[in-house]
Amino acid sequence: MKKKIVEVKNVSFSYGDNKVLENVSLYIEEGDFVGIIGPNGSAKSTLLKLMVGLLKPDSGNIYLFNKPINEFKNYNKIGYISQNAREFNKMFPATVEEVVAANIYTKGILPKRIKREEREKIDEALNIVDMDKYKERKIGNLSGGQKQRVFIARALINNPRILFMDEPLVGVDIESQNKFYSLLNKINEEFNITLIMVSHDIGVISNKVNKLFCLSNGKVYKHDLNKDMKINLKDIYGENMNILFHRH
Amino acid sequence: MLEYEFMRRSFVMGIIIAMIAPTVGYFLVLRRQSIIGDTLSHVALAGVALGMITNVYPLYTAILFTIIAAVGIEYLREKYENYAELSLSIVLSAGVGLASVLTSLGNTQGILSYLFGSLSLVSNKEIILVTALGIIILATILILYKKLFYMTFDEESAYLSGIPVKAINLYFSILVAVTIAISMRIVGILLISSLMILPVAASLIIANSFKKGLLYSIVFGVISVIVGLILSYYLNLASGGTIVLTSLILLIITIIKDIKK
Ligand SMILES: Nc1ncnc2c1ncn2[C@@H]1O[C@H](COP(=O)(O)OP(=O)(O)OP(=O)(O)O)[C@@H](O)[C@H]1O
Ligand SMILES: [Mg+2]
Repeated sequence: MKKKIVEVKNVSFSYGDNKVLENVSLYIEEGDFVGIIGPNGSAKSTLLKLMVGLLKPDSGNIYLFNKPINEFKNYNKIGYISQNAREFNKMFPATVEEVVAANIYTKGILPKRIKREEREKIDEALNIVDMDKYKERKIGNLSGGQKQRVFIARALINNPRILFMDEPLVGVDIESQNKFYSLLNKINEEFNITLIMVSHDIGVISNKVNKLFCLSNGKVYKHDLNKDMKINLKDIYGENMNILFHRH
Repeated sequence: MLEYEFMRRSFVMGIIIAMIAPTVGYFLVLRRQSIIGDTLSHVALAGVALGMITNVYPLYTAILFTIIAAVGIEYLREKYENYAELSLSIVLSAGVGLASVLTSLGNTQGILSYLFGSLSLVSNKEIILVTALGIIILATILILYKKLFYMTFDEESAYLSGIPVKAINLYFSILVAVTIAISMRIVGILLISSLMILPVAASLIIANSFKKGLLYSIVFGVISVIVGLILSYYLNLASGGTIVLTSLILLIITIIKDIKK
């Protein structure tokens, strides 16, 4: 059996009086490529934030690598790209290289000089996401899809075991989406990095992932998608399926 | 000009302030917190007034007040992240209100020199204090540079990468407070936030990396202060205002050059 790498057990979460997740349980295994779908406001981002430790559950437990999340200190092992990662000021003066390098040596008080080894790591990470030609570019001048690639490079620099991505493909055209998915497949299969990705595009993501969680009314529904014969959700839910009509 | 002791002193102090104000301002602007400068400087005014009526050295009371306010603002920012501006306005009002009440309570004639800045009053004691604090501020920002960059660009990811975001934010607010308190002697309470922002605004137009952005901000700040001090001496103008107008002109030149490109 594969190792459980993320486990959510009986988790509930509210913002004030607004209960958005109710007694949710799920697990993710090493090497999975997980899709999380659900209508707007169905707490997809909230679930992701709980899993990386940005939010604390009201009740229930979350485990990363079999460790309770509050004891988890091995930050390098997870990468997270938030839904609003791209919403920084376009004028923000930072090069692609600076953004990627930010994720090196984040511990300790005294700064360390970035050595040649790290420079090579930056180049390598940018190379993987096919952004090596943009090293000196100002991050604000890149397209949405290019920015996402840079953020993935920033996460890759620490050799993470899990990469959480919150709607990385919003506003990215089809061609770039396909390229992005082949990048994700490479990361998933070659580097064996577990991927957890929130998306709105059920049709596309259900063909790419091997596990799909669907959030709705505070509950999670799981669909196991066999990797060899991927089921198109459209077959299950009917031709005119869209997120709103996707009921359980 | 430099044969006068007080001019030498103001140059030393001016250059230190010209380096720390835009440095601190750079991070504030990029985190969209540039109004904090205004808020804290009004609180500093209340501190100065208290110092004057209680016969305590006003710089000390100003530093104390601004630190309390800065820590309070940081606390509110975390608590009401959607109402950050509101909390700034509240603290600003409190500062102005307190300042005007305190001013009416005793002999605060000298307060005008704090409002607009004044060169002739800079004492040796002040220069030592400002130099020491200035070095501490610059040194720690240099040490925390990479972490501050990460936090400024993406606070959530910085936190997840293990950076002690809360502690650094708190420390940074204290730096902002101290910067404002020690800058008010030269540029004046009403103009400090301009010195924190105008050089940065000019820098952002031309900078294409974070490092250069910081560097240009400091260069613009130092040029503004040096040119401003010289002009104010020879033309007999208020120093703070001349410095700020100089940095404004630098900003305008940068904008025009950028448009022409
Ligand atoms: N910081 C917050 N404070 C209060 N309520 C919040 C906060 N963030 C989210 N919510 C509420 O929690 C619910 C779930 O939000 P969440 O952002 O997790 O949904 P989502 O599925 O990611 O939506 P979207 O598809 O729009 O990104 C929503 O009803 C939202 O209004
Ligand atoms: Mg979301």
